[in-house]
Amino acid sequence: MTDPREDEIRRRQRTRAVIMAVLLGAFVVLVYAITIAKMSGQE
Amino acid sequence: MTTVTAAADTALPADWRDLLALTKPRVMSLVVFTGLCGLLAAPAAIHPVLGFSAILCIALGAGAAAALNMWYEADLDAKMKRTASRPIPAGRLDPQTALHFGVGLAFFSVLLMGLAANWLAAAILALSILFYVFVYTIWLKRRTPQNIVIGGAAGAFPPVIGWAAATGDVTLLPVLLFILIFLWTPPHFWALSLFVRSDYAAAGVPMLPVVAGPKATRRQIALYTLPMAGAAVAPWPLGLTGPFYGIAAAGLSLVFLLLALRVLANRAAEPAGMKPEKQLFAYSILYLFAMFGALVLDQVLS
Repeated sequence: MTDPREDEIRRRQRTRAVIMAVLLGAFVVLVYAITIAKMSGQE
Repeated sequence: MTTVTAAADTALPADWRDLLALTKPRVMSLVVFTGLCGLLAAPAAIHPVLGFSAILCIALGAGAAAALNMWYEADLDAKMKRTASRPIPAGRLDPQTALHFGVGLAFFSVLLMGLAANWLAAAILALSILFYVFVYTIWLKRRTPQNIVIGGAAGAFPPVIGWAAATGDVTLLPVLLFILIFLWTPPHFWALSLFVRSDYAAAGVPMLPVVAGPKATRRQIALYTLPMAGAAVAPWPLGLTGPFYGIAAAGLSLVFLLLALRVLANRAAEPAGMKPEKQLFAYSILYLFAMFGALVLDQVLS
């Protein structure tokens, strides 16, 4: 039988890991888009 | 069903919802809206991606300032009914996590603003965060009833930041928008603090109704409303906006003034009899949204 507290810790860690991955992905896309926008503004 | 105590909760990894709550999302909506309107009202076009990034940075900066405010004020929040359920006083979030989150978010927002828009906008964003945390939260809030008068400047920066992000400079119109929010803040917060006075008194925060009483606070609300209305309408006669904004500003400010006069005439000492104060508080939020909406519409029409 698993400890409910352990389960809660794992659940929170998993959720935070997923959110962090999504935010990092979004950040990479944003920096790419900013770079393209800046470059197009200089042409 | 498991019962998790407050003490045990602090040992758990922070829940993302508590980190989100630290950023005061409802307050952030007004900050984002005024920042967006400052950006849209500016006479220079900005690339949509850069404009989006600038607004995102304003939102993140506001969230960072709110998180640092909640970290510093956890002891006060625990004493007030309105704020006792916030993540830190409720024991759901470790204060150090909140501090790291706030500082990290602040640095990130300023850096991204500098890279995406320009360093003037980034500098004003940094100034607004530092002003809110150090001048308002740490220095003034617990010391003087003038706390929100001076501290209100922190909330007045977003339209200036939005404008600076779009144009790279700051002219008279964003300065007038700054003055409008600066003068709007005292009536807005004093209306609220009149009907939650006992909360502030219990926490030992020297808000004006606690220190000077309801009568003096009501007089100050009416007194601040007059220059606020002047600052609201001023861009029109100065030729900075068109008649659409001018007429909307005059009408909206007149309603604000009438509600402030009803507050002035009220003699109630208990929250149950403070309907005019509650109406003024609710209207003041609508007022700011409508004023900045009218500004953008005016620019579109002209």
